[in-house]
Amino acid sequence: MSDNQARGEALPIYISNVTKTYGKVFALDDVSLDVKQGEFLTLLGPSGSGKTTLLMVLAGFTRPDHGSLKFGDREVILTPPHKRDVGMVFQNYALFPHMNVAANVGFPLKLRNVPAAELADRVEAALETVQLGGYGERGIDQLSGGQKQRVALARAIVFEPRILLMDEPLSALDKKLREHMQIELRHLHDKLGMTTVYVTHDQREALTMSDRIAVINFGKLMQLDEPRTIYDFPANTFVADFIGESTFVPVSVSGGKVSYDGATLKTAMKPDGATKYNLMMRPERLSFVSGRKPKDVNVFKGTVSELVFQGESFLMYADLSDGTQVAVRGATQKDAMAIVPEVGKPVSLGLHKDDTVLIPDTGDMPA
Amino acid sequence: MSVAESLHAPLAVRTEDAPNAAGLKSDAAKERMQLLGLCSPALVLVTITMVLPVIWLFYLSFLSDEGTFSLEHYHRLTASKAYARIFYTTFQVSVLTTLICVVIGYPLAYFLAQLPRRAAALCMITVLLPFWTSLLVRTYAWLVLLQRKGLVNTWAIELGLWDEPIKIVHNLNGTLIGMVHIMLPFLVLPVYASMKAIDTDYVKAAANLGASPIQAFWKVFFPLSLPGLFAGALIVFVLCLGFFVTPAVLGGGRVIMVAMSITDTIELFFNWGAASALGVVLLVMTLGSLFAASKLLNLDRILGGGRGGH
Repeated sequence: MSDNQARGEALPIYISNVTKTYGKVFALDDVSLDVKQGEFLTLLGPSGSGKTTLLMVLAGFTRPDHGSLKFGDREVILTPPHKRDVGMVFQNYALFPHMNVAANVGFPLKLRNVPAAELADRVEAALETVQLGGYGERGIDQLSGGQKQRVALARAIVFEPRILLMDEPLSALDKKLREHMQIELRHLHDKLGMTTVYVTHDQREALTMSDRIAVINFGKLMQLDEPRTIYDFPANTFVADFIGESTFVPVSVSGGKVSYDGATLKTAMKPDGATKYNLMMRPERLSFVSGRKPKDVNVFKGTVSELVFQGESFLMYADLSDGTQVAVRGATQKDAMAIVPEVGKPVSLGLHKDDTVLIPDTGDMPA
Repeated sequence: MSVAESLHAPLAVRTEDAPNAAGLKSDAAKERMQLLGLCSPALVLVTITMVLPVIWLFYLSFLSDEGTFSLEHYHRLTASKAYARIFYTTFQVSVLTTLICVVIGYPLAYFLAQLPRRAAALCMITVLLPFWTSLLVRTYAWLVLLQRKGLVNTWAIELGLWDEPIKIVHNLNGTLIGMVHIMLPFLVLPVYASMKAIDTDYVKAAANLGASPIQAFWKVFFPLSLPGLFAGALIVFVLCLGFFVTPAVLGGGRVIMVAMSITDTIELFFNWGAASALGVVLLVMTLGSLFAASKLLNLDRILGGGRGGH
């Protein structure tokens, strides 16, 4: 497979107004979402958010109540799963235990009546793509978790589908292997160029791998943006809370001016008409301020209440003057640790104005 | 400390001065004894009701009428055509019953496995209900239904399906109908269990990879359900080999299986030696079937419930 061949064939996905109810519960509530051609899009949300339901709608295993789903120009909402021609990696891999690795990977080709010689070549090529060349004769239960994952991937891409779906494919792997596979999957996507929809509940995984992230909760699309935008400028409290760590500090807004504890704050963006706002503080964006107040930095005064050593970083909790507890994270480098105040001591925390992000306070649900 | 010393020192500690080694060892031994104690009632029971009688059976089968060692009972079994016929009938009835059970039971189990849990439980009760009724009652019920002026014949004639009462009991047909009815749950239960154990993602994966529902069934679901099917078929077959009541009642004397022949030998001819020889041969046949099945199908996997998932 050359770099461009598959990329040229990749199809965009258009999801419009897809709704799925179970009794009175909305698993998907009027979801509309476009996936660009060749894009790596992640559906991110907590369990029960509807992200897996949406993936199952894409694969054809869940029949929505209404809505439209297009792969390119083709409306597929009524197409049965076996005619959709999308590759899928299942959470538990779903490798057929009664077939060896080669038979598993060759299964979709056999169904497409690929001649035996070509089939064998393509199976081996797919296995080489996932770095399992020569593993064809192995039984499924002779494989490690990571190897099963690769075989499942090889099986999903061997018939060169234009769309690839992945349902938390790395969740069964241990942390180190998972982080390794995240990079590898991303490289593979760049090489094959298939439009990829990836489901995960792991925000770090989503940030690491995706072109864009669709944050889903309560069956609704909460925000769809690039990883940096999602992280730096979450659209609502839920996204800010779910992705990364954050503390919310209530601020008062009047006449376009944002103030906290009597001091006016410099903010990344102007408040845009909502009545209540919270200031989002990411632990790693806060710094210690001593002496003169630096330019473009808002300063918050408080008292250190707890200090936790976590290996590569430390976590410090400080109580601000209004009682809000904020977290501060920093590297455990010797110089950096030297200026960390002790528990009970006063502390001045700085937050750059570009990191001073206001979130409309609408509870967990967006307006 | 030299290198040699440092290598040996820990070993010495482990064997001699290790804290509590003796106590922990006797503790483990005690635990094993307790386990043995738990299974001892069953062990005693099996010894008295199974092992000893089987040994007695073997002993009797090698005794002549005068009480000396002889092979005369076995000679008679091989010499007489009547016995060959009985063994043939036994196998014939067992094989046919098993096949019919598979043909009826597999789709039934498949249907049950597709139902939502509650509906499946309800339907399963209807499958199991016969289990809770006496074997004899069920067999005589069939006799009532199938006899010359029974319900089946009367209704069929009134509906115009056939004109004359046909013989559906007191022959092979009646025996098979009764035996299939009684054996069906033994097939359905293991097949159902093995089907329920098949991860639905396998079938989804097959569909996703391009398999039509029929292809997904034959290439993925069916092979994965085979261990349960083999287990069920084996149970039915082995049970059939030793079946007595149903063929005796519904066969009307025309279907004579080994178990019935054993009863006759004892009740009519009072020949314990000959009956024992028949019993031994039946036992050997049953064990032979199990052995052949285990060679053919990897019995551990079937009875152990098989492949350890993922």
